Amino acid sequence: MKNLSLVAYLDIKESLRARWFYVYAFVFGGLMGLFFISGITDSVVMGFTGLSRLLLVFIQVTIIILPIFILITTVKSISSDRESNVLEYMLSFPISLSEYYWGKLLGRFVTVFFPVIVALFVGVAWGLFKGGQMPWAMIFLYSALIFSICAVFLGIAFLISTMVKSHDIALGLSFTVWIVLLAFIDVALIGLMMQNRVSDEVILTVAMLNPLEAFRIGAIALFDPELTVIGPVAYYLLDSLGHTFLMIYAVVYPILLGVIFALLGYAVFKKRDIL
Amino acid sequence: MKIVEARGVTKKFMGAKVLDSVTLDIELGEKIAMMGPNGAGKTTLVRAILGFYHLDGGSIRVESYDPTKERVEVLKKIAFIPQLPPPVKLSVSELLTFVERSTGTKKSDVISQADAMELDLKRHKEKPFFKLSGGMKQKLLIAIALARRSRLLVFDEPTANLDPKAREHFYTLLNSLEYEHSSIFITHRLEEVEGLVNRKIYMDLGKVVEDEKV
Ligand SMILES: Nc1ncnc2c1ncn2[C@@H]1O[C@H](COP(=O)(O)OP(=O)(O)OP(=O)(O)O)[C@@H](O)[C@H]1O
Ligand SMILES: [Mg+2]
Repeated sequence: MKNLSLVAYLDIKESLRARWFYVYAFVFGGLMGLFFISGITDSVVMGFTGLSRLLLVFIQVTIIILPIFILITTVKSISSDRESNVLEYMLSFPISLSEYYWGKLLGRFVTVFFPVIVALFVGVAWGLFKGGQMPWAMIFLYSALIFSICAVFLGIAFLISTMVKSHDIALGLSFTVWIVLLAFIDVALIGLMMQNRVSDEVILTVAMLNPLEAFRIGAIALFDPELTVIGPVAYYLLDSLGHTFLMIYAVVYPILLGVIFALLGYAVFKKRDIL
Repeated sequence: MKIVEARGVTKKFMGAKVLDSVTLDIELGEKIAMMGPNGAGKTTLVRAILGFYHLDGGSIRVESYDPTKERVEVLKKIAFIPQLPPPVKLSVSELLTFVERSTGTKKSDVISQADAMELDLKRHKEKPFFKLSGGMKQKLLIAIALARRSRLLVFDEPTANLDPKAREHFYTLLNSLEYEHSSIFITHRLEEVEGLVNRKIYMDLGKVVEDEKV
């Protein structure tokens, strides 16, 4: 397994030189900057003040852009490695497929996780500087949530990349997965809820199976939010399942799901032709 | 001693047989020129030996190891140069780190092989590999392959990007490898490798159609 760390290390070095990484870091860094400038920390809106509000807004934006960033950049880099024969060359050296696959995954994880976490901590530092209170529970929970959302979408990205060899189809599929998880499931569930034709338990279960919904609920679980802030499904779930359970669920479930997808991807990678 | 033993190797892509029951033994010391028209299946055969493909029929052994099931053992014995230099984004020194850590080949060995082809690696250490010129890339790939001192060298048209002088250097270097090894050159220009090889294999439509030892 010595080559696993080698593959991961080189993948990180490669990412640090890639354009996507700078765009990525810039988006999250810039987001924080924007929040500072717009004075989100100073205003009192919907019952949240200062630092808590800053973090809450940050995490809400993260829900939307983090998944698509992870999916697109990961799928793109893996499939272009394959199409340009970089994969052929690198895998003509004596490293096992598991070292290569898990090494790449680990390297990717580090590069997608750290910019977001750093942005989060910069936000916290700024908030403290402005005289806020250290929101320990929130920082801890949000770091864990960002970790688990990275895990699940990297798992999905690796599975897509190993299953679909065509660059365009893989990108299209990534985009579809993102939009379905982000919006369609919620819209569909609200529709069903209003029609009252499907039992609440079914709706609840389907909602909870969506890792983005889990993330959304987890992010709000520290508070007693109003319906308008988080949407009806999340509100309903919070109300019926309780905050503590949802927090744990929101962290653990996406990680589990990510591991399962990554393992499936690995199985496909081993079973099929590499090129 | 047999280095490669291929028995009835068949590989299909989308239903079409790209390799059609290829049987081929390569003994230690054999230097093979592999020729054939575009699309004959030369690259596919070589990739199968390197363990990139699951076969639809037949079997391959490299010193008794199975290329897909025991890829690490197999690839320890093979140095490979691809048909086109891949746009690897690692810098030259990172690539050398990768080679050193995965194969045990010292960076200094690669550097001296490169020197022999008049490629000064120290000057380009921090450059990403893909930003080297076509010929420089090719030289570096050759230097890495030769420095590994593998028992089997597989070259898929290694001289495509080289100027005449660099080609000369390359052949001189190959001739000066003093340890026992076998090699496969895929080439469209037999004249070039004529003096280096002792066996010629001609492929067409996924089959070996001619196999002559000289
Ligand atoms: N991954 C793949 N999927 C589908 N078809 C493939 C794949 N790889 C190769 N082929 C097909 O297999 C045939 C043989 O290709 P191969 O690359 O082995 O030829 P070659 O003898 O190396 O030709 P050239 O001299 O042009 O390099 C071609 O028709 C090619 O289109
Ligand atoms: Mg070819």
